[in-house]
Amino acid sequence: MLPTAAFDRYLHGESLIHRLDPRVKLVVTMLFIVSNLLLPDGAWLAFLAAGGFLLLGARLAHLPPGYLLRRSVLALPFALAAVTVLFSQTGQPLWAFRLGAWTLAVSDAGLLRFASILARSLLSVQMAILLTVTTSFPDLMHGLRHLRVPGVLVAIIGFMYRYLFVLADEASRLLRARAARSAAPAAGQAGGSVIWRARVAGSMVGQLFLRSYERNERVYNAMLARGYRGQLLTMNPHVMTARDWLAGLAAVLLLAAIQLAGRLAA
Amino acid sequence: MFLASAQLHIPDGFLSLLIAAFAWLLALIAVAAAVRRAQATLDERLVPLAGVMAAFIFAGQMINFPVAGGTSGHLIGATLAAIVLGPWLGILVMTAVIALQALLFQDGGLVAMGANILVMGVIPALVGYGLYRLVAGRGRRVALLGAGIAAWLSVVAAALLTALFLGFSNTVSFAIVVPVMLGIHALIGLGEALITVGALSFIRAARPQLLERSAAVAGRGWIAGGLVVTLLVVLLSPFASSFPDGLEWVAGKTGFLANAQDAPYELLPDYTIPLLGETALSTIAAGLLGALLVAVVSLLAARALRSRSAERSH
Repeated sequence: MLPTAAFDRYLHGESLIHRLDPRVKLVVTMLFIVSNLLLPDGAWLAFLAAGGFLLLGARLAHLPPGYLLRRSVLALPFALAAVTVLFSQTGQPLWAFRLGAWTLAVSDAGLLRFASILARSLLSVQMAILLTVTTSFPDLMHGLRHLRVPGVLVAIIGFMYRYLFVLADEASRLLRARAARSAAPAAGQAGGSVIWRARVAGSMVGQLFLRSYERNERVYNAMLARGYRGQLLTMNPHVMTARDWLAGLAAVLLLAAIQLAGRLAA
Repeated sequence: MFLASAQLHIPDGFLSLLIAAFAWLLALIAVAAAVRRAQATLDERLVPLAGVMAAFIFAGQMINFPVAGGTSGHLIGATLAAIVLGPWLGILVMTAVIALQALLFQDGGLVAMGANILVMGVIPALVGYGLYRLVAGRGRRVALLGAGIAAWLSVVAAALLTALFLGFSNTVSFAIVVPVMLGIHALIGLGEALITVGALSFIRAARPQLLERSAAVAGRGWIAGGLVVTLLVVLLSPFASSFPDGLEWVAGKTGFLANAQDAPYELLPDYTIPLLGETALSTIAAGLLGALLVAVVSLLAARALRSRSAERSH
């Protein structure tokens, strides 16, 4: 299930990074991820420098040490898929082993590629986490608005965020009701076949859908009654200050230096 | 746990910049069209409807059912959204879900988001809705069966597209990941198909006019679109196997390739047709043959079901 703590990872704080304009943080995050993608394989110095950039950000945001790394395990399932790249690159075989009828050989080029992919994804995920934990969700939405993401789309995402909690509660009530109705013997199979169980879950989803749909109708009528005409308004002006420009510029220069280091060293 | 987390969201760092940018371009076109079309039909209703429905998909993913051995299946919901809300609104809703999951939970990357929107939003709208539209007006059983097949196919097509994105980024080995991804998601797709059919039959019974409305919002072009994408997926797969691959390199060295050919269960050895030799053409032909087989079987099943339901109404 979704623990309540997982819903909002924003950590309150009064740091330079917290106060930075959300659009600066969004743009720098995107540039950081793109910069990692642009670095050639095996540019360890540059990857290290990018890690330093990340550490600097975490330090400025007063995050506990190791916080970002602990949260970055999310990319692991895909790292599992990327393991296969070890065997798919042509190069000097380093190590071969038998797996049933297959013989797999790890090549040096494969190892280099895999380690680079892992470095890129770890760095990128941690940067996205840094963005999330230092920017409140409404600020993030305003940042997207200012970055010319279509207002309708931003409003939809904002609405989704608002009703996430309500509908997640609704879903847990359905699950609790099912659990209350279902008794399971200590041993052996409980309930009907897998197909039957799936259909029960399907009916629950259908019920949740109808409840959500009816809620949307009520919400829409309530909005109309309060003068909604298709635009969501905000009272936060979000003006870029000199400090925001400076921080953004510094970040871009650092990223350019990292790129340069990666290109020269390679 | 692995099943539950296998939602096909690609994190950053696994796609090359070129692939990610290309996917973003396609996703932007699709989302822009979806915004325009959905706004034209819904006007100021759009924001609350799409927002609440996106939250529904997110909450719906919490509803699970025990499968076996401690694993559980749960809804992905993309096909359900496309069928119930129509393809344009479905794309918008899934885009909101993907954006929020990336921004709030780092479930899926930011630069990789374009690819995720294509995989989770556009593919289900095309394959799921397109194939469902093909059978939607033909009685309850056929429509529900069609929805199930559409849900299964869209999960499998999404998995294949993910594998292709990763493979073209040179992040994974095609020879291992394509079959593994397809195998896992052929199973996940079964759960998705069952839940989607269950949810649809519930909605059909409780509020049938909702489904009629969604069928009216999009033209028949989606049927052609769904068929074209299914075909494209087939045509793309030969590229997946034409890259020099370490597994095959090793296999060639150890003479394993010679042994691998005569596996008893291989209907189309190495996805090629023996007569045509080992060319891209042969792989395409094999893929087409497979797709044709699936199409014929589903058509026959649909026809049988239809005649049976016709008999009953006499």
